Amino acid sequence: MLSRTAEHLFWMARHIERAENMARMLDVTFRMRLLPSSINQPIEPWAQPWAVPLITTGTASAYYALYKELNADNVLEFMVSNPENPSSITNCLKHARENARTVRGTITSEMWESLNSTWMEYGNPGPEILETTRLGEYFEHVKQRSHMFRGVTVGTALRDESFFFTRLGTFLERADNTARILDVKYHILLPTPQDVGGAQDHYQWGSLLRSVSAFEAYRKIYRDTIHPRKVAELLILRRDMPRSLRHCATEIYSMLSRILGNTGHEALRKAGDLNARLEFGRIEDIFATGLHEYLIDFLDRTGELGAEIHQEFFASTELEMRLA
Amino acid sequence: MNAAVEAQSMAYDELHGADGTIHPAYRAYTEWLAEVPPEMLQQKRLEADLLFRRLGITFAVYGDESGVERAIPFDIIPRIISAKAWDTVGKGCIQRVKALNMFLHDVYHNQDIVRAGIIPEEQILSNPAYRPEMKGIDLPGNVYAHVAGVDVVKVSDEEFYVLEDNLRTPSGVSYMLENRRMMMRLFPDLFSKIQVAPVEHYSDMLLKSLQAVAPASSSSMPVAVLLTPGAFNSAYFEHAFLAQQMGIELVEGQDLFVKNAVVFMRTTEGPQRVDVIYRRLDDDFLDPLAFRSDSMLGVAGLLSAYKAGNVTLANAIGTGVADDKSTYVYVPEMIRFYLSEEPILSNVPTFRLSRPDDLCYVLANLPELVVKEVQGSGGYGMLVGPKSSEQEIEEFRKKILANPNNYIAQPTLALSTCPTLVDEGIAPRHVDLRPYVITGQEVSVVPGGLTRVALREGSLVVNSSQGGGTKDTWVLEADAC
Repeated sequence: MLSRTAEHLFWMARHIERAENMARMLDVTFRMRLLPSSINQPIEPWAQPWAVPLITTGTASAYYALYKELNADNVLEFMVSNPENPSSITNCLKHARENARTVRGTITSEMWESLNSTWMEYGNPGPEILETTRLGEYFEHVKQRSHMFRGVTVGTALRDESFFFTRLGTFLERADNTARILDVKYHILLPTPQDVGGAQDHYQWGSLLRSVSAFEAYRKIYRDTIHPRKVAELLILRRDMPRSLRHCATEIYSMLSRILGNTGHEALRKAGDLNARLEFGRIEDIFATGLHEYLIDFLDRTGELGAEIHQEFFASTELEMRLA
Repeated sequence: MNAAVEAQSMAYDELHGADGTIHPAYRAYTEWLAEVPPEMLQQKRLEADLLFRRLGITFAVYGDESGVERAIPFDIIPRIISAKAWDTVGKGCIQRVKALNMFLHDVYHNQDIVRAGIIPEEQILSNPAYRPEMKGIDLPGNVYAHVAGVDVVKVSDEEFYVLEDNLRTPSGVSYMLENRRMMMRLFPDLFSKIQVAPVEHYSDMLLKSLQAVAPASSSSMPVAVLLTPGAFNSAYFEHAFLAQQMGIELVEGQDLFVKNAVVFMRTTEGPQRVDVIYRRLDDDFLDPLAFRSDSMLGVAGLLSAYKAGNVTLANAIGTGVADDKSTYVYVPEMIRFYLSEEPILSNVPTFRLSRPDDLCYVLANLPELVVKEVQGSGGYGMLVGPKSSEQEIEEFRKKILANPNNYIAQPTLALSTCPTLVDEGIAPRHVDLRPYVITGQEVSVVPGGLTRVALREGSLVVNSSQGGGTKDTWVLEADAC
């Protein structure tokens, strides 16, 4: 497969996955706003509910370059539709579609149609979408379209390299997003790990779980009230939880090992290492290290893996040099 | 009577034929049409528009700031050609392309046709599309124009004129294929009533031909790719579509590199050799080392690999010398010279403004004539006399006088009209036809081609960049007796 094609496939998948995760994160923040203010009382002064999406995506400085005030309307505008924000939902939908358009001959027509129609219907929603009555529906649509794209991909794509690179993008992006959400939320919710209980915790932790579609899974697995440690375990180590770091790492490793050829050895090694750490990791050790430190280390590793994938598959100049 | 009305009333109408009765080719269709409610047609029209947009079958209009892409208007009423009429057009196009390929080989070798005194030497050598780099290079199968689009117009029941030959990178074939798919989706019942010759095998034919012209040094399974200028090119959809249909890689210049006069593509598994490049990039941009040095779209060293015979380009470099509008007038002579046959299809009578007599006549009759740039394409840089204001004509007169060699003129040809669905209902609109001729081991053409239609009433300009649309073109399997 052409290196450039592989790169477009990878970013196509990353962008639609990112759009979904943005929608999830904003949706729960938005829903939290509907609860009484006692629930929304920030524990730390910097942890205003509407700062969370900015901190999670690392876009706070870009935000303050554009807006003076931190409030719901501004953050929603910035994260949903502001063209200056490269990670805004509309930009993600646009990039996903543009990448798909470039490789439309490689993906199935159903995959292309799904991203093209998503962009046509939700890529330029207009200011009225930010109204309270419509926003929830918009997030729902974006999530569903992302589900649809994944479903169409799994249901129609030939299991060749184009599929592997697409899935690689999906899971690398998801791993990154889950780790970020967990890190920021944890930071805000648990300045001291002993604080447990209370209605506020229930809603806050519940919203974290909901943002990664894990609320029902938590209940099913633990049959218990929400404990921060179990939440972390669920989202980090559980293999059966499709948005957990473990699940993502396993998929990443599996995709990389199926990409044949004489390249990518280091990327495969890094992915295997990442997977092994999660496979044999224990939640006690993670908390002993410190959850924040653990997650930062994880994000560094996925970042390096991404760079390695880029180096070995997308910019494979090294092999050209070896050509006699 | 104004000129537009006149042009239309003079034109041959394909539905009513010369004698005013429904042409036999349209009989079954009109019977069907009489039975469907008119709102159903408008409904299908909307459906088609929606589908084209969802499928992203679009083209980009240069110089249009507003939208990057537009869907090409599609007319849901098919253009129907009888088996007998097609027999003539198909054979005529094949004959023409055969002669043009022989001419190109001759141009870059012995120039027998110049020696024979049929075409003046300066017609070839002073042509900006002539590529001295191609002199003496032998190409596999002596094929230059692997894909040719021959634009024809119907002027009577059986007779077609050739408007121009397109031998560089003719486009539009994806619309021919998508239009058929769309029609089968919208009107499956019609296809069971009327036996229409299929066109879907075009991509198989093309792939087979590309593989047949692979260099001798390539492996038994030659690797073909389609080279596109990129996603922002107006015809990108077509490039992606054809590459997908043929199952070959769609590459940009940056994906290829040349090492030791061999072309490779950059893949996730390392470099892979490329044997045949179906390129949809103009000569000028192919190789920054040989042609335009500012080209970001080409591949450095491509010409060296080409000259070494390690890669085949389809179409070859330098085919433009055979398809420009000043060479056009010699094509009937070429057919007689190379094939010893009489041309099956006629040319439109053409004035060459490089000739003083012709120039004089044309300048005196500008309001009645169509004047085209010799090198122009896409409907840009042309004057349609009957459709232009006095001021436009005078401005064009100045352009002609500044460089008469750059222009040819033709009588305002009455493009035939076909029934077309417009807002007011079904009305005649002018159409042309571009069959696609493929040359590999043999020369072949799929039945029909792309019909372009001028959607504005009275308009003769069918180019999609100028408000034209397309129709599905039906060649009947057998004519009704």
